[in-house]
Amino acid sequence: MIRLTINGLEISVEEGTTILEAAKFYGFPIPTLCYMEGLSPYGACRLCVVEIGEGPKARLVTSCTYPVEEGLKVRTASSRVIKARKMILELLLASCPQSKTIQDLAAAHNVRRQRFKQEYEDCILCGLCVRMCEEQMMAKAIGFQGRGENRSIGTPFNIKSDICRLCGGCIYICPACQLRCTYTEPEKAICGGCANLSPPCLEKEQFDDMMCYMEPCVACEIKKD
Amino acid sequence: MSDEIEYTGICKTCSHAPTCAYRKRSDKPIWYCEEFDNYIPAPKKSTSSGLISILEDIQARYGYLPEGSLRVVAEKTNRSLVDIYGVATFYRAFSLKPRGKHLISVCLGTACHVRGAPAIAEEFQQQLGIRAGETTSDKEFTLETVNCLGACALGPIVVADGHYFSSVKASMVNSIIEKTLAGLDKVEIKTDQRVFPVEVSCSRCNHSLMDTRHLIDGYPSIRVTVSFNHKHGWLALSSLYGSDNVDSEYPIPLDTIVNFFCPHCHTELIGSSDCAECGAPMIPMIVRGGGVVQICSRRGCKGHMLDLSGTIID
Repeated sequence: MIRLTINGLEISVEEGTTILEAAKFYGFPIPTLCYMEGLSPYGACRLCVVEIGEGPKARLVTSCTYPVEEGLKVRTASSRVIKARKMILELLLASCPQSKTIQDLAAAHNVRRQRFKQEYEDCILCGLCVRMCEEQMMAKAIGFQGRGENRSIGTPFNIKSDICRLCGGCIYICPACQLRCTYTEPEKAICGGCANLSPPCLEKEQFDDMMCYMEPCVACEIKKD
Repeated sequence: MSDEIEYTGICKTCSHAPTCAYRKRSDKPIWYCEEFDNYIPAPKKSTSSGLISILEDIQARYGYLPEGSLRVVAEKTNRSLVDIYGVATFYRAFSLKPRGKHLISVCLGTACHVRGAPAIAEEFQQQLGIRAGETTSDKEFTLETVNCLGACALGPIVVADGHYFSSVKASMVNSIIEKTLAGLDKVEIKTDQRVFPVEVSCSRCNHSLMDTRHLIDGYPSIRVTVSFNHKHGWLALSSLYGSDNVDSEYPIPLDTIVNFFCPHCHTELIGSSDCAECGAPMIPMIVRGGGVVQICSRRGCKGHMLDLSGTIID
């Protein structure tokens, strides 16, 4: 057993456990996006950052990939961690503003305003679908290709894969593909409620219970373009 | 690579292919043959490395990575196609599109950039009528931009078929294209200082191999007897070190590995080392005045070695 401290609480967990698993077991919430039980941790979204160490040696690590160490001192919600998480969320939001999953995470961290220009890449390259396809569906039909800003996910040669069984696992697990903000069609909206008290794109009389987390509204921003 | 992959044996297809340089070498087999694509030995572990060198071999052979070859590699190495595609698209050295005969790379690194490399790249695009990353419709030129070639002091740098042009100006672009089209590997025998005549003799009987009656490049040639594909005949090599002009009784097909014999003592001229370029056996000859010159026994391969202090080790 390995003894460590999370937010001042001394705990002991088995060797090989990650900080994230230990924190979850003891009830410390750490937001995650690219982490999924049953899939190997990947550390792509960086949302699960925690601070380890003390004083000038303190540093941020992704808790989903960091195995516990003897005597480790972990802070899951220090001001540095919160600041970093907010920044990460703002950047994620800029590349995938329509994703309800990211919008909800952003709202939960009090990010209501989009500071960065939206890029609408519609993929945050979290690799969930790639790992789902490989590890749970045993198919390996999709994967990363390209490098740097050209990195994307797809099948080899971007043609229909003969390995793909059309299981839909990749779409099911994707935080950006399915749960989309549906803009001005509130009947289809998944969230059913927003936090922006005066959503500019909805008719207030008809949909008075509808609000948007985001300000400015994603839909209105897209309309402007 | 050979440490990690256990080969299932020496290439069987190569016993049918007399041109194969690797047929004697179990440690360095070919990975992909157009004619005999059945031979890529399956590694025992699917995690073992070596993928990049396989892809490099294919790229060297075809100039790009054909879709079919990637499928063969995936099958033979027990990897999924998506992994191989990921590697092939990750590295800029690999191209999935057919490339032209000549590759022109314009450096756009910081040092070259401030010395006007963008204008050079623009000039190439204008003259070739293609954009960077594209190939001309006649498949002659591929133009690409690179980020640094490590020769910043000489900038702006342009590399055409492996030849570096330094301090390039926009007015030089046309001549670079013309030179590349004419072939940059041609050596100016008259003016190039690297070209000089050598006199050689047989490594066994020490009899001179020089033939003063048969001149190549204006110098006496080196006359040996060769055999290949059940044919025997004479072969005259240029005695100029650096020139690869030959005359022979029978035309020797490219890539053929030829056995060399001394015309005087009739022993086979064969050394213990293999060509660093292609792996074919090297042919040693004694240089008058001391030293050994070794040439590759494969037709078309320019692998050679001159060791003025060396002796022949059997």
